[in-house]
Amino acid sequence: MAEARKRVPGPGPHGAMGKVEKPKSFGRTTNRLLSYLKVHWFGLLIVVVCIIIAAAATIYSGIFLGTIIDNNLLPMLKSGDKDMSSIAYEIIKYAIIMIGGSLATYIYSRIMLNISQRVLRVIRDEMFEHMESLPLKYFDSNGHGDIMSRYTNDIDAMVNMLTQSLPNVFSNTLQMVGVFVAMIVLSWKLTAVVVVTLVAMALVLKLLGSSSSNYFSKQQKSLGKENAFIEEMTSGIKTVKVYNHEGEVKKNFDKLNTELCENTTKANIYSNVFMPVMQGLGSLQYALLGVVGGILISRGMWAITLGIVVSFLQLSKSLTDPLARLGQQVNAVVQAIAGAERVFSLIDEPCEDDKGTVELVNACEDSDGVLRPCEKCTGKWAWKRTDGEIVPLKGDVHLKDVNFSYNSDKQILHDINVYAHPGQIVAFVGSTGAGKTTITNLINRFYEIEKGEIIYDGINVKEIKKDSLRRGLGMVLQDTCLFSGTIKENIRFGKLDATDEEVVAAAKLANADFFISLLPDGYDTYLKGEDNLLSVGQRQLLSIARAAIANPPVMILDEATSSIDTRTEAHVQEGMARLMDGKTVFVIAHRLSTIRNCDVIMVMENGEIIERGTHKELLDLKGSYFSLYTGKKQLT
Amino acid sequence: MIKTLLKSVREYKKYTILTPIMVVMDTLFFTLIPKLMASLIDEGITPGDLDSVYKTGLKLLLAIALMMAFGVLGGVFAAKASGGFAKNLRHDVFYKMQDFSFSNVDKFNSSSLVVRLTTDVQRLQGVYQMIIRLAFRAPFSLIFACVMAFTINKELAMIFLYVIPFIALFLFIIIKVAMPRFEKVYNEYDVLNGVVKENLDGIRVVKAYVREDHQNKKFQKETAFIENLYKRAYGLPILALPIILMFVYLVTIIITWFGSKMVIAHSLTTGDLFALVSYTAMALFSLIMLSVVFVNLTVSLASAKRVVEIFEAKSDIRNKSNPVTEVKDGSIKFDHVDFSYLGREDKLALRDINIDIPSGHKLGIIGGTGSSKSTLVQLLPRLYDVLNGSVKIGGVDVKEYDIKVLRDNVSFVLQKSVLFSGTVRENLKWGNQNATDEQIIEACKIAQADGFINEFAEGYDYFIEQGGLNVSGGQRQRLSIARALLKSPKIIIFDDSTSAVDMATEASIREGLASNLPGLTQVIIAQRITSVKDCDSILVLDDGKIDAIGTHEELLASNLIYQEVYKSQSREDA
Repeated sequence: MAEARKRVPGPGPHGAMGKVEKPKSFGRTTNRLLSYLKVHWFGLLIVVVCIIIAAAATIYSGIFLGTIIDNNLLPMLKSGDKDMSSIAYEIIKYAIIMIGGSLATYIYSRIMLNISQRVLRVIRDEMFEHMESLPLKYFDSNGHGDIMSRYTNDIDAMVNMLTQSLPNVFSNTLQMVGVFVAMIVLSWKLTAVVVVTLVAMALVLKLLGSSSSNYFSKQQKSLGKENAFIEEMTSGIKTVKVYNHEGEVKKNFDKLNTELCENTTKANIYSNVFMPVMQGLGSLQYALLGVVGGILISRGMWAITLGIVVSFLQLSKSLTDPLARLGQQVNAVVQAIAGAERVFSLIDEPCEDDKGTVELVNACEDSDGVLRPCEKCTGKWAWKRTDGEIVPLKGDVHLKDVNFSYNSDKQILHDINVYAHPGQIVAFVGSTGAGKTTITNLINRFYEIEKGEIIYDGINVKEIKKDSLRRGLGMVLQDTCLFSGTIKENIRFGKLDATDEEVVAAAKLANADFFISLLPDGYDTYLKGEDNLLSVGQRQLLSIARAAIANPPVMILDEATSSIDTRTEAHVQEGMARLMDGKTVFVIAHRLSTIRNCDVIMVMENGEIIERGTHKELLDLKGSYFSLYTGKKQLT
Repeated sequence: MIKTLLKSVREYKKYTILTPIMVVMDTLFFTLIPKLMASLIDEGITPGDLDSVYKTGLKLLLAIALMMAFGVLGGVFAAKASGGFAKNLRHDVFYKMQDFSFSNVDKFNSSSLVVRLTTDVQRLQGVYQMIIRLAFRAPFSLIFACVMAFTINKELAMIFLYVIPFIALFLFIIIKVAMPRFEKVYNEYDVLNGVVKENLDGIRVVKAYVREDHQNKKFQKETAFIENLYKRAYGLPILALPIILMFVYLVTIIITWFGSKMVIAHSLTTGDLFALVSYTAMALFSLIMLSVVFVNLTVSLASAKRVVEIFEAKSDIRNKSNPVTEVKDGSIKFDHVDFSYLGREDKLALRDINIDIPSGHKLGIIGGTGSSKSTLVQLLPRLYDVLNGSVKIGGVDVKEYDIKVLRDNVSFVLQKSVLFSGTVRENLKWGNQNATDEQIIEACKIAQADGFINEFAEGYDYFIEQGGLNVSGGQRQRLSIARALLKSPKIIIFDDSTSAVDMATEASIREGLASNLPGLTQVIIAQRITSVKDCDSILVLDDGKIDAIGTHEELLASNLIYQEVYKSQSREDA
């Protein structure tokens, strides 16, 4: 059992697990992320200049007091000179440099904000656009939560890195180098003292850093586990209550919760201890400098002056603080690169394969009755081959010896042969899992067949551009997915340039008009993601209207099995019937009324068509179809 | 609100109190260091007194050692306190949720409950740690720095008093303006994520209608909007930092100018001048720290509110003090039952329901959407309480029973049956922890699930993934039925629980129940007349009222609604 549990790593509800991973190829991903910055080279140039100015200003502010003490105060104290003008001069210089430094800080932060936000927008858009072009297989095999987390967690991590870590790392490194140079110039011997403590700090950094990232990843793992548990138990809370299972659930929760607490505490101890330790070591350096400096001055060794010591004392902060800050950034950078890697892996997924060349075009008849492609919408359609040959769109679909499997180990469909002539209604019946929906998903090339071919109006569907093919096929799916937007926009989804009149006409045809006009905002009623404004049946009517407005010559209908009340169901059926009128239709049927009117019925079992014929023929056959519905027959 | 949250501190109170003490001590020694350095300069270095250098140096080292020790202890305690607080809080929220009644769950809806338990609690953990550390460090650091400055030189330290309120006001204004902008950004993020989510859910529709470009445009509009909002929001803090730095520089300049004058006039030492400049930076940066604390507190208020809402919700269904612990039989009696989800007489979902069913009978329920069929049966295992009247099982009011006993005896197959990650066997054992393999197989045979389970290579050890996504809808329903049967209940309720099962299988399930468990009272909600046709009595529900009750033949002869439904369904058959 324990082993079985391990098999479901399932990303936590917020994909927290994804963040744990260390990037696999740090260098390559970083390069790729940085390549997005290339177009902004000019802005970045200004950023670099500004960071240098800002860092220089910080260093100058470190040696300012020391210079005044050494160059002005001490000599003046000695000589009793009370003329402040030289100090005033120093102060004005300082003020100008500081204003420059602050300005530079503002400018580079602002430019970085603009650049990073633009880069993220480009990455977001690229990721989304690519996602829309991926084959359905990708969505089947990757959890939605996992994909979502790339837009949320991973992009967030990248935001942090680009706006904060990147300039921080650069300016802190620069500042450290600058301070170090300034120290060496002031006194390289005293700098040696600094190096000793710096090495100690670096060691601590490394030690704490590695154990903290270890606990951090443990924390993320148990967080992911606990969140997944919470999500599962909360979404099933009614079932939990109906089965009196609260006690058991609480016990399991406590186990996970205690584990999470332990790991969180450990991870936090490391990150909490980091700053005090670094600060302590920084202060230690500070004190050592004071003491060693004092000894050196009083012994008159190495030409050390009070001003130099004061400068060193101030500079020492400018050296240790950036080091501590760099240490803090490490985790953020690692997370961001891991996030970028996951984002790029989505962008690198192969797109839907489309080598088709045949296009679907509007067609109009010449005076001599010859079909020609034309610009405007005529309601008539034709296939246009690359050589210019025009084939009228009729809606004739053949499946020949089709085999299919989602993954090569389990065959889903065997030797499927279906002929649908223009205007015919073909029904698929059979128990759940027999492969009915799969067949329809092959016609519009949601999935690629393994063997055999599918021919549409004499053209192999593989030769037709996918966009054109899908425009030539309408679909009403079982789960009626609507999009946030108004009802009008949702219907118009089927035909983007439809007029308001067309929208209403489609809604009327689908029997949706009556309930839409009862809504307070009518066709402008705004639908949000998953709100319950509309009932299941009403959503179904809208999806029928959406298909109706597209008005394709071939329809694929997946009848809903979900419970809707009889009156709405009657409306849905009526709408469907009107939609099917005059079209070639593949229907996955659950209702006898639909099936009976079909031209041909395919009875499926285990991925094979076991019986085919009209309703009457099949009943007379007294085979599978007959027994599938005898339960029903007996009872009526 | 804060009081409610603090109840979860409990055994971590010790660490919660110790942390601020450590933090304040840490800050104290941190503040002492520049002053010690000043005396090192004035008494040791300037006069060239080596003894004094060693002595003060030793003091310095001691102060640093203590600062580090307190700092480390503060960090450790803070981690323990906040980790423990979060653990207890999560525990309390989760336990409270498990005791929720159905109406509580309805009110919150499950996805918002998940957010409260995960994101919100985590945020509160971070804020808790921030409060016991930074919220103490910032003001104390400010106070200590000011006090030190005043002990060194009153006149110069007065500058602090002029500048600090000014900066505080400035920070306050920035926060005031920035907060709503940030809120806007976060709201817009939700919209953006919503677009991604609906594209994931509706990818088939997008592709079927070739609307990839359309959706891309919609998404791009959103990302462009967010880019601008984000820039606007973050532009403010970016502006604030250099301005505060300018203040620091300004004060440094003023202190250096007047300090230098005093040094020359011998009324201030060089060491003290040095210390004053250090305290300037310390005081002003503690203000920035304070504003960070303030912003984080404000942001987390929403989380705190959401979590407290859970604690404040009252579960309205509780055991009586002397509950009945045995259900005599499966007879059902509704006596003038009114029910409202909102508990209001003017918003009744059920109205004057009277039913009397002997034990072992089969009751069918037919009615349109919104006729409150599910509501009616949910009163049986007391998932909700009636507003007026009474529901009796085995002759006893359901309110008198021990809830666990009642729900063990009234098995409910929900409309949306949920399976949990685990093996088939583990899932089935939810019905009865001690069920033997024979019992499990028997229940599965009745529910017509044994067949497909055996087709799995792992059989009853087949691993079901979260939400039962790796079994079909019909299989999920059959497993749920088997799970419900394992309770060996007196009453079983099917709330449209065979909708995804084909008709032949459904008939077999019905036969199996009839022949194996003849004494079981069954309540069946169905869409198809065929599912309830052979019931002992059928109830026609319309808009929360009983329209008619009778056998199939009686209803067919006399009830309009029943006739209508029958006609629309039998037309299919003829």
